[in-house]
Amino acid sequence: MSTQVPPGQRTMRRLEPAAIAGVMSREVANFRTYWRGTTFSSVLEPLVYLLAFGLGLSATLVDEVDGISYIQFVGTGMVATAVIFSSALPSMFGTFVKHRFQNTYEAILAAPVDVEELVTAEMLWIATRSAVYGCVPLIVTFFWGLVPQPGMLLVPLFAFVTALGFAGFGVAMAATVAKIDQFNYVTALFVTPLFLVAGTFFPIDGLPEGVQVVAQVNPLHQLVELVRGGAFGYEWVDILRFAFLVFFALVTWRVAVHQMRKRLID
Amino acid sequence: MAAIELSGVVKTFGEITAVDGLDLDVPEGICLGLLGPNGAGKSTTMRLLTGQAVADAGRLRVLGYELPAQSKPARAEMGVVPQLDNLDVDVTVEDNLAVYARLYRVKDVGAAVDRCLDLARLRDRRRAAVDKLSGGMRRRLLLARGLVHEPRLVLLDEPTVGLDPQIRTELWTLIGELKARGTTILMSTHYIEEAERLADEVAVMHRGKIISRGRPADLIAEHAGRQTAEVYAPPQRLSELRAEAEAAGLRVRPAGPAIAIVGSEQASDGAVPEDAVVRAATLEDVFVLLTGEEAE
Repeated sequence: MSTQVPPGQRTMRRLEPAAIAGVMSREVANFRTYWRGTTFSSVLEPLVYLLAFGLGLSATLVDEVDGISYIQFVGTGMVATAVIFSSALPSMFGTFVKHRFQNTYEAILAAPVDVEELVTAEMLWIATRSAVYGCVPLIVTFFWGLVPQPGMLLVPLFAFVTALGFAGFGVAMAATVAKIDQFNYVTALFVTPLFLVAGTFFPIDGLPEGVQVVAQVNPLHQLVELVRGGAFGYEWVDILRFAFLVFFALVTWRVAVHQMRKRLID
Repeated sequence: MAAIELSGVVKTFGEITAVDGLDLDVPEGICLGLLGPNGAGKSTTMRLLTGQAVADAGRLRVLGYELPAQSKPARAEMGVVPQLDNLDVDVTVEDNLAVYARLYRVKDVGAAVDRCLDLARLRDRRRAAVDKLSGGMRRRLLLARGLVHEPRLVLLDEPTVGLDPQIRTELWTLIGELKARGTTILMSTHYIEEAERLADEVAVMHRGKIISRGRPADLIAEHAGRQTAEVYAPPQRLSELRAEAEAAGLRVRPAGPAIAIVGSEQASDGAVPEDAVVRAATLEDVFVLLTGEEAE
């Protein structure tokens, strides 16, 4: 017997670390079987953007932006691209497949794990992975003259918190859509615009005023600014940017838990 | 103390009432077969017991815990073997077990994995990916995974549905071993033979409630008498014979290409055709009489 507690007298808390670690250990066991492919695409995709835009445009059209060489401008911004690609998309598709096709969650919820713990673990795992992948463009940009700075040590933390928010967004979407092809709407309506209006490839202050306002509530834009802060010097406003990312993660976490509970518990 | 106590449990899905005032007690240490046709409410009952469905009305108590409020500690002490194979197919056998040992907060994960590998007779395949296992091995692993924390109560949801006879027999052997250790088992099934072989008691479920319950032999004696006469004939002749038998006060049920006259020992001379095949009454006779459904 796994417990010595008298029958009917065991108590269990919300958000037990053991439950969260257990769910994450399942993710790790699975990740060991497919990490090569995921790592390859998660690293290569932002690198292609970095090389295409950073090198392509800097060689022909743009030399520098706000006193920063264009490839370094794009390289620091690409952290956000890597984060959204490695968090929102895997959480949407992964959650949907595990729930609808593999019946994985039915098995996990038969164990002493509740929906809140399940969602939290999924988000933490994706955010951890994403924080690692998110740093790759920054490291690559070192080869184009970006000077390592102590402030950059916070970049994994910024990437983690942003990825947490997008993982929650992805889980919530997976619990909301009826069919997997409806993710096309989510990608077209949310993921692509957020990615393009983040200030990765061009500064948002050149955009129409209305778009600039929208960009301010884009978590990816806040991440881009924080990473550039790490590379080129922080400002006081960066504290607010980080607070916004924490708020974004908290909101999507609660929405994801709510939506998954509706989906998983009859 | 009963391991499971359900009283007046109701669960609806829109217009459909899946569980309709279900009363069910499962004493500790027995294997209770929940026998019913598809759509009887067995799987919904299982989901209610694991907290994956919440009852609209009624009281549920499992291992002393009130559900749904105390579902989590209840789940820590019960094991579940699902109807559908939801193993992680790319992961090794031992990792599949280790993950669930952690989810169930087992202290010595390695020892639990070894014990389950022995139980499932998969020690030599411990490092094989699940998708390299045969169907029978996968089902044994699924069963072992549900026992990784040595639960006091095991819920088996249609444990052998869709399996070939050889694999089914393998699983029955494992379930028999589990029974012999005194673990309380609630097993939903729509296979008569499975219930007959494994269950100490059978509860027949139909349209969301228990319509009869008892030891298989007692149920047979109560509802089907001692013997059944099966008559094989062309369809038109079967219809005539059925009408005659029913006119004589006998209970008749369809039996594939035949009709079965249940309780034929009570028939008066000539009521049962001479060429009828007389056999001992079975749980299948009871099931079909009570539910009106063909047995599997």
